Amino acid sequence: MRKIAIYGKGGIGKSTTTQNTVAGLAEMGKNVMVVGCDPKADSTRLLLHGLAQKTVLDTLRDEGEDVELEDVMKKGFQNTSCVESGGPEPGVGCAGRGIITSINLLEQLGAYDEDKKLDYVFYDVLGDVVCGGFAMPIRDGKAQEVYIVCSGEMMAMYAANNICKSISKFGKVGDVRLGGLICNSRKVDNEANMIQEFAKRLGTQMIHFVPRDNMVQHAEINRKTVIDHAPEHPQANEYRALAQKIDANTMQVIPTPLSMQELEDLLVGFGILN
Amino acid sequence: MLLRHTTAQEVERKALTINPSKTCQPVGAMYAALGLHGCLPHSHGSQGCCSYHRSALTRHFKEPVMAATSSFSEGSSVFGGSSNLVAAIETIFTVYEPDVIAVHTTCLSETIGDDLTQIVSKAHEDGKVPEGKKVIFCNTPSYVGTHITGYSSQVSSFVKFFSAATPKKRNVVNLVAGWMEPSDMREIKRIARVMEARTILFPDMSGVLDAPLTGKFEMYPKGGVSLSDMAATGDSKFSIGLGAYSTEDACVKLENKCKVKFEVVEIPIGLKATDRFITSLSRHANVPVPDELTEERGRLVDLIADNSKYFYGKRVALFGDPDTLIPLTEFLLTLDMKPAYIVTGTPGKHFDESMQALLAEQAPEARYKSGERADMFQLHQWIKQEPVDLLIGNTYGKYIARDENIPFVRLGFPIVDRPGHNFFPHTGYVGATNLAIKILDKVLDHTDRTCAEEKVELQM
Repeated sequence: MRKIAIYGKGGIGKSTTTQNTVAGLAEMGKNVMVVGCDPKADSTRLLLHGLAQKTVLDTLRDEGEDVELEDVMKKGFQNTSCVESGGPEPGVGCAGRGIITSINLLEQLGAYDEDKKLDYVFYDVLGDVVCGGFAMPIRDGKAQEVYIVCSGEMMAMYAANNICKSISKFGKVGDVRLGGLICNSRKVDNEANMIQEFAKRLGTQMIHFVPRDNMVQHAEINRKTVIDHAPEHPQANEYRALAQKIDANTMQVIPTPLSMQELEDLLVGFGILN
Repeated sequence: MLLRHTTAQEVERKALTINPSKTCQPVGAMYAALGLHGCLPHSHGSQGCCSYHRSALTRHFKEPVMAATSSFSEGSSVFGGSSNLVAAIETIFTVYEPDVIAVHTTCLSETIGDDLTQIVSKAHEDGKVPEGKKVIFCNTPSYVGTHITGYSSQVSSFVKFFSAATPKKRNVVNLVAGWMEPSDMREIKRIARVMEARTILFPDMSGVLDAPLTGKFEMYPKGGVSLSDMAATGDSKFSIGLGAYSTEDACVKLENKCKVKFEVVEIPIGLKATDRFITSLSRHANVPVPDELTEERGRLVDLIADNSKYFYGKRVALFGDPDTLIPLTEFLLTLDMKPAYIVTGTPGKHFDESMQALLAEQAPEARYKSGERADMFQLHQWIKQEPVDLLIGNTYGKYIARDENIPFVRLGFPIVDRPGHNFFPHTGYVGATNLAIKILDKVLDHTDRTCAEEKVELQM
């Protein structure tokens, strides 16, 4: 079983990319589980065709400690298993602690046990690694492989660089490694080359360049992944390609994060800051 | 040698505190809350915090300490403690019927950012707070400050929630009590009574944590400042804060809220600090100092004079809370003793400045330290480098006293292994007399027991 965490700047398209990739893997016949680690609980919407999921923490709150795995896990597109950690409403409580609680609970409930015969677990984590809770999926014994979704925009690269800092920290004591950058295009000039160079400096690879296409939005409005909504569309093939690349990927590294100056130089070099 | 691993040689430490001279903020908040009549302290956090804080107080006062808790579970930590606190408020008013619930936070509820203002107002909206009852609150995150900070925050919350100014000023002086024993508060009230000054002392733990054994359990013993008195503090003409660390904030808040001017003096421990307190009270209450107090003072001076040769030059190490240590150091200097090492875990510049001013002339070689790195381990190392003749502090000092074979006077919080602090005050001239006698007893007993046989004298 490969355990994969997807990180990246807020709004960059982590959840969309994750679900489309998972759909691609599922199509290949892989048995996949998605664990949404975002209080908004929208990481499985496209696979489940709507926000149909009761979150782990809501269940814990309503029913106490006696939670059954069936209460929190739903089957989505192509038999993928979908779980949402959930969390407190905005402005109260501690979302970070929520993720720790829910991942521990999933382990206790045996969500990852051998008998589930999972090929992949995907953790879809919100935004930056702002506190210890959001680093939970890459702490020892959880996800071993991280993919960072980014674009050629300055702040997205900055966030990706920051995430690399935490991977390199946890990687030293645990077995978490960076699998690569997924470039979710924002149609920035020279984007693919720049991200490729950025990836090289980090010691990793740009595993795939996902072009921007309105079909993604169309599919989202229909609460579906592109592969589900328009299987023949070229964009669906992009996600299939990404799924295959991840499936075949063997490049696992501890990244070497850049300094702020190096990052800015990179942007200047590729003509963004001019 | 229980502390045999303590070495005389110091190694610079950046991150480690060993045997800190302080405890948690909520311990102070809980203690102060008990000084309000009919008040139940409530700890907003996990259950263990509340149990520890209650037992810390019980071990010292040997009295039951009632307090409630929000009993956070894993779920409350994630979703916030709002529903627990609202439910607790309903249960407490239904079952335990206090007049006031004084909520303080804990590290956990602070870290997840629970907003007490919003939660308590929700309890009001939901009708959980009966007519005429009050819920007050203060923030006590224990990763900043110490029990003294928590005490100060609670006292300030009394002012914030109760003090009210009516158009009519009253000829009353507020006495804001710093962290001291109930017996000390009793003594301060006696002094005010002897002076015929009209005062309101708050918080007032006398009659709460030194209540008599009557055979009947009282959830809310009859001591404590009453709610009407607490409200009336806004109409008083002046406030005297006793101890800058524990009361200055409350005095400032009272001035801002109700225009009551104030002066902060030391807790009246020792001759000079008592002089200053009585002078301040005499001036602001506009009452003369009666002969009775002058005579008490005279008897203290006589005791000091009679025993000056035993006090003279004795080196003393002391640790505890800054509001106690400052006047105590001054008193030791009055006695011609030599304060050598002074340590408090409570941070703040005022301590360092006061120590510098006090020690400059009579004991310039003295070492003092405050804040989180100031611990009893270092105090012990200093003692090993150059010994002292006396150690003054709370019960935790007994290990050092035993290992180094030094006379040890228990003073401060907590004292868990000897009675007495409930009965014999350290404040006022009477308290200073008690303290001087205690010091003499310890020092002379030690000499009698340990000096060479040919040196033993019937009268020393």
